[in-house]
Amino acid sequence: MASSRSTVRQLGTAVRALVVLTLVLGVGYPLAITGIGQVALPDRADGQPLTLDGVTVGSAIIGQSFTDADGAALSAWFQSRPSAAGDGYDGGGSSGSNLGPENPDLVAAVEERRAAVAAFEGVDPASVPADALTASASGLDPHISPEYAQLQVPRVAAERGLAESDVEALVEENTQGPDLGFLGEESVNVVELNLALARLDT
Amino acid sequence: MTLAAAIFPLLTVVAVLTAIHRPLGDYMARTFTAPKDLRVERGLYQVLGVDPASHQSWRSYLSGVLAFSAVGVFSVYLLQRTQAFLPYSLGLPAVPEGLAFNTAVSFVTNTNWQSYSPEVTLGYAVQAAGLGVQNFVSAAVGLAVAIAFVRGFVARRSGTLGNFWVDLTRALLRVLLPGAVLAALVLLAGGVIQNLNGFTSVTTLTGAAQTLPGGPVASQEAIKVLGTNGGGFFNANSAHPFENPSPWTSVLQVILMLAIPFSLPRTFGTMVGQRRQGFAILAAMGVIFLLSLTAVTLAELGGSGTAPQAAGAVMEGKEQRFGIVGSTLYATATTLTSTGAVNSMHDSYTALGGMLPMINMMLGEVAPGGVGSGLYGMLILAVVTVFISGLLVGRTPEYLGKKIGAREIKLASLYILTMPTLVLSGTALSFAVPALRADIDGTSILNAGLHGLSEVLYAFTSAANNNGSAFAGLTANTPWLNTALGVAMLLGRFLPMVFVLALAGAFAAQDGAPATAGTLPTDRVQSVTLLVGVTVVVTALTFFPVLALGPLAEGLL
Repeated sequence: MASSRSTVRQLGTAVRALVVLTLVLGVGYPLAITGIGQVALPDRADGQPLTLDGVTVGSAIIGQSFTDADGAALSAWFQSRPSAAGDGYDGGGSSGSNLGPENPDLVAAVEERRAAVAAFEGVDPASVPADALTASASGLDPHISPEYAQLQVPRVAAERGLAESDVEALVEENTQGPDLGFLGEESVNVVELNLALARLDT
Repeated sequence: MTLAAAIFPLLTVVAVLTAIHRPLGDYMARTFTAPKDLRVERGLYQVLGVDPASHQSWRSYLSGVLAFSAVGVFSVYLLQRTQAFLPYSLGLPAVPEGLAFNTAVSFVTNTNWQSYSPEVTLGYAVQAAGLGVQNFVSAAVGLAVAIAFVRGFVARRSGTLGNFWVDLTRALLRVLLPGAVLAALVLLAGGVIQNLNGFTSVTTLTGAAQTLPGGPVASQEAIKVLGTNGGGFFNANSAHPFENPSPWTSVLQVILMLAIPFSLPRTFGTMVGQRRQGFAILAAMGVIFLLSLTAVTLAELGGSGTAPQAAGAVMEGKEQRFGIVGSTLYATATTLTSTGAVNSMHDSYTALGGMLPMINMMLGEVAPGGVGSGLYGMLILAVVTVFISGLLVGRTPEYLGKKIGAREIKLASLYILTMPTLVLSGTALSFAVPALRADIDGTSILNAGLHGLSEVLYAFTSAANNNGSAFAGLTANTPWLNTALGVAMLLGRFLPMVFVLALAGAFAAQDGAPATAGTLPTDRVQSVTLLVGVTVVVTALTFFPVLALGPLAEGLL
């Protein structure tokens, strides 16, 4: 078959092509985009860091745990969703739980969370919304539903000695979306909301 | 959830695609038919030692595809094995052999199946110079093969299909790179990160420690979706806020996944000089897309199943900012193309909701499918449809003036049979061989019982279709799954390409038969309906039994 020589020749072409393309697409392209990002949009390119008194305390778009070292919820803070990333909101290991709809562990976890949230907030278990009971896809979800935020307002206000209306105003300020009025869900950014609370203290 | 909120994201996608598919489709047709080379291209051809004016037989074109892909596998494997010595590797060690093989094959075949967790496995050097490069070139290879196939319909008594190296170069420099630069900048503005910071440690508001990742993400994200690749920079893929920060970036990613595949029917119609034929292919793709999206959205909004009922909604494995509708739109786009990126975890979907992404892939990823592979997949189905309807009414089966004879229908049938054979035999072996089953049950499956079968079936479906998404509870980093899924990806990518190029060669050698009163039209509502019907029936007959054992049993019992 005459094409065997052609195959060998094409193998040489393939090696040369991949070397050139690796330099252009694998080195030049990402470095060019990095350069543009760092010059034109440094805050975005670096993940929208949040600062308190000049110290970086996290990212505006990566959720955090507001619990003590044992994982118990701290009552002075709005609580994030459950997280399957590491021990919770581990930015080094993003992950969902991947538990299936009939998985008994997931069913048990949902029921436990419903009871725990209801007790913590002092509300009817039936009023706890789904996002408070389920782990997100990334384990780093910075948002909760407006319903879950509303549920937490009286507890946070009481704990911090603030008027509920003032806390509600902060929730309102940190409610985002839907984008362009119709894309996605209305969501409350827990990290930015808690940062706003922290700023009241300083 | 109002009806408006449920359909506006889809309307946005449809509106943008409607606006761009004609100019983009025509641009691609010009790109691959223009006689002139750009100066930078001429320089590249000199380096490569390629004569851009020389045309290749289908065999020569194929050996170019295979040689280039083999070199790609070797390169990505080598980069992973030498990671410890590469810059910006974040102190990560060499990737073990089995995983490195699986990952190299995965990215060269446009699959982007990830047996590994990126944060703890791959530094920036391998991500950009290995995986990022393959994100570009694997899509360009798919596009080149599709264009060569279309040339088979156009050619009359010809022995050649064009030049692979020219098609590859033009696909990269004129289509994918400009598109990726544009997309990367928009994603960057939307909050997708782009830095070389590595992992940084911060003290959170409560005084706890949190690790935050960095990375050149926007550049990789852009080509990940535009090239229908799908491999996440992070484990959570497009659910990760640093990959996909907001609802609008998510919709943009859906548009980017669909942009080239939904424009290629126009390219096809323009190149064969019968735009109605391209529109018929587009219509069949669009009908399947809308039906599938509706089904999965209704299943997820319905929220059946014990855990979803207990929680009140299927928000396990979904991000608050996307909600259910933003998640199902992404899931449909990612599995009806060969992308496999996810912004929600399909493993935690309702049983029937999770079956839909699987069915999308089982259809052969043709609505609209991957970059290039979607078009040639749907055209193969069109050939089969013409053959069946020709037999039914006793007319000579012809498509675009090319006769569908014994050799042609054999090649088309081999194409159709490849993927189901890989999916079903891989799944069956995993459960039938006792040693493999012990490993699958003990190590790989996360959710025991019926859902566990679905996890394994999903994995082989994803690999053989070069999709890359997963029921991600499955632990795939085992010797058996790394090997078996690697083989499924290789054969699932390159066997169909062999049959497509052979068929293109057969068509190119034929003279064009003029349409007569005896020719069945292929650009009418009736023929589109037949095409959709054949696509669905072929899949249903092949996969109904195994679906009945997994997701159907879980969802209906």
